[in-house]
Amino acid sequence: MTEYNGYVTDETIEGADDGPLADKTVAVKDNISTEGVRTTCGSAMLEDYVPPYDATVVERLKDAGATIPGKTNMDEFGMGTTTETSAFGAVENPAAEGRVPGGSSGGSAAVVAAGDADLALGSDTGGSIRCPAAFCGVVGIKPTYGLVSRYGLVAYANSLEQVGPIAPSVEGAAELLDVIAGPDEHDATTQEAPEADGSYAAAADGDVDGLSIGVPTELLDGADEAVVETFWDAMDDLEAQGASYHEVDLPSVEHAVEAYYVIAMSEASSNLARFDGVRYGQSGGYDGNWNESFANAREEGFGEEVKRRVLLGTYALSAGYHDKYYKKAQDARAWVKQDFDEALDDADVLASPTMPVPPMKRGESLDDPLTMYLADANTTPVNLANLPAISVPAGETNDGLPVGLQLVGPAFGEREIIRAGSALA
Amino acid sequence: MSDPAVDPEEVRHVADLARVDLADDEIERFTEQFVDILDAFEALDDVPETEREADLSNVMRPDETRESLSQEEALQNASDTEEGQFKGPKVS
Repeated sequence: MTEYNGYVTDETIEGADDGPLADKTVAVKDNISTEGVRTTCGSAMLEDYVPPYDATVVERLKDAGATIPGKTNMDEFGMGTTTETSAFGAVENPAAEGRVPGGSSGGSAAVVAAGDADLALGSDTGGSIRCPAAFCGVVGIKPTYGLVSRYGLVAYANSLEQVGPIAPSVEGAAELLDVIAGPDEHDATTQEAPEADGSYAAAADGDVDGLSIGVPTELLDGADEAVVETFWDAMDDLEAQGASYHEVDLPSVEHAVEAYYVIAMSEASSNLARFDGVRYGQSGGYDGNWNESFANAREEGFGEEVKRRVLLGTYALSAGYHDKYYKKAQDARAWVKQDFDEALDDADVLASPTMPVPPMKRGESLDDPLTMYLADANTTPVNLANLPAISVPAGETNDGLPVGLQLVGPAFGEREIIRAGSALA
Repeated sequence: MSDPAVDPEEVRHVADLARVDLADDEIERFTEQFVDILDAFEALDDVPETEREADLSNVMRPDETRESLSQEEALQNASDTEEGQFKGPKVS
């Protein structure tokens, strides 16, 4: 175990003898199924759940020779921005004492930042790879929707989420992406990426000469001053290496975080209905009316943030409110997608701070869920638009807190964001 | 918009729909928080109706039997089973 509580389970899973990751340890987020090794999703509901099969990404890790040193701690079912909602305790930030590691893949980013694993897998529904990567000073990639299989990933909001790599360097993240990417017959939403030259790792050549970067002004407005300063320093660095930037307007993103939460909560309310204490989860041993015994099991097994989202999702989908919330959120999603597509017609990639704030102090977010949700303003639009994005370390604030720079590319444009990011890390 | 403010009764009703038996203090806390969160969601009223370009295609495979989990494996995480099936709570 680690002093910052990075792992829920530290059982080692050995991979094949040979392969591109044969000398690497790759920690796996605890919502990704590992055959015979418990997979808790950070929830008391699944404290004893042992998957009977491997997720496709875990199969690919093992085939590539990786050693999995354990299952990493996370916000319960991926619901959080700070990795403080885990039933197995909060994770501390090894790169910034007293601060949260970001979430929900906080354990994955922390074990990489601390050097306890070479690489890690996270999952990103609204920023859950990029946020902890930014807060822990490491690299994280959220792939294009459909590039990586979700088979064996325990669903939170399945129309938004992707599994992706976390690594100390862009090249390391790209090497892991090379292993996990590609269609899977067990996930009908995966597709073959358009043909391109070379591996993702080969794209990490740091060549940004002539690169055109769009900077959405909406994603800088309202961001913390120290974050904005660090962001522009990193942009100056890219400019000095031959890139150019121009400002772009994305009016739709002003509504993205609200649309994200309505859609994610709605999907969560449906996806988490399966945890009833009969097929999975803790039954609590209640007898009597089925609905009442399910309600008792779910009251006991779920933490507060999960209940909050399941209830709000149920509300948003209920009769009389569906058109007002869910349908409007889907309109916003389509609008965000259009905006990004247009901005990417005139730029190779788009850049912003990954998070509008530096890592929060531990314990200050739990009583104010709305403020925590709004911190996802820069990451959630990318999930709504199904696009790929990378977070790379941009530097530190004057107080020594890590700041991440997010680069967003066109659909299946992972090589563009890897190339641009590799000029910085 | 003339929205009814969220009250504890409404939270209790939604919790009932979602099959979560909330404690009284949770109902109280959620009622307060939901007022703020739903108020923020009001911003979606300003979103224009937008055409959704469906970039979707069906994925098909032949309908053939193939290997799957055994019944035993599929039941291994259930808290109670009987004769190869999930066993739910007793109906009183």
